[in-house]
Amino acid sequence: MDHEFISIFAAAFVVSFGALGPALAEGRAVAAAMDAIARQPEAAGTISRTLFVGLAMIETTAIYCLVIALLLLFANPYTG
Amino acid sequence: MMDASPLTSTILFHIGPIPISRAVMTTWGLMLALPLGSWLLTRQLGRDSGRLQAVLETVVVGILEQISEVAGKSARSMLPLLATLFLFIATANSTGILPGMEAPTARIETAAALAAVVFVSVHFYGIRARGLLGYLAGFAKPKLIMLPLNLLSEITRTLSLMVRLFGNVMSGEFMIALVLALAGLFVPIPLMALELLLGLVQAYIFAILAGVFIGAAINAQQQT
Repeated sequence: MDHEFISIFAAAFVVSFGALGPALAEGRAVAAAMDAIARQPEAAGTISRTLFVGLAMIETTAIYCLVIALLLLFANPYTG
Repeated sequence: MMDASPLTSTILFHIGPIPISRAVMTTWGLMLALPLGSWLLTRQLGRDSGRLQAVLETVVVGILEQISEVAGKSARSMLPLLATLFLFIATANSTGILPGMEAPTARIETAAALAAVVFVSVHFYGIRARGLLGYLAGFAKPKLIMLPLNLLSEITRTLSLMVRLFGNVMSGEFMIALVLALAGLFVPIPLMALELLLGLVQAYIFAILAGVFIGAAINAQQQT
């Protein structure tokens, strides 16, 4: 098992789990926002604005994982 | 494959020992185009707003309204900084789809510089509103034991501001390049349209988060 193989495997692992968590979280957030808009359509503007900011926050964790994966693939300090 | 790395930038030429990359050239173009455009557009402002002035007023008032919703009364003092950040990031994100240009925000250096601007201005606004000692005392609230956590959060939120902008824009461009290489010439067009929308959303989020941070630095005083 050389470093390159481990890095590729780890990158795939990082992206798959990095997609899993934020996907679940975003689903929950959108579902809650839909529920809130259905109950109170007049507050849709405020809710969707907050939703966008929240979604971006959640998505950031996925982006972190992507950056780590790209670092492993393209700028790995161990494979030289 | 190593040539296609999204983490390194293409060097166009050198000025002395300093390498000038394509992203830097695009930034210089934006630095030239944005002030020149604003100067041209605001040259003849009048009471009867013409068509262009109406568009400009809508943009500025819209940005001001969005800032007021997160920052309340102090929105007016943040408007120049946040509106400039928003306009710069929105145009910078969109330049990625033009041929021969490269979105400067897809490089970590630009994102780091923008996050550093926000980091400095948070403290600037905080000290201006509350005085040096009052602002520094704010870090030890609600209890002294929170001091290291508050200091840590100053750093981590700046880092996350940087990585969020860089990661989103870079991953979008990387995705388009991958699809272009795998599928052919006109296939990534829907992705590029999505990327335009996402670029605007990211600019909005960057500016709104900067507003939230600055608002928190200014307003903590009113609770005490």
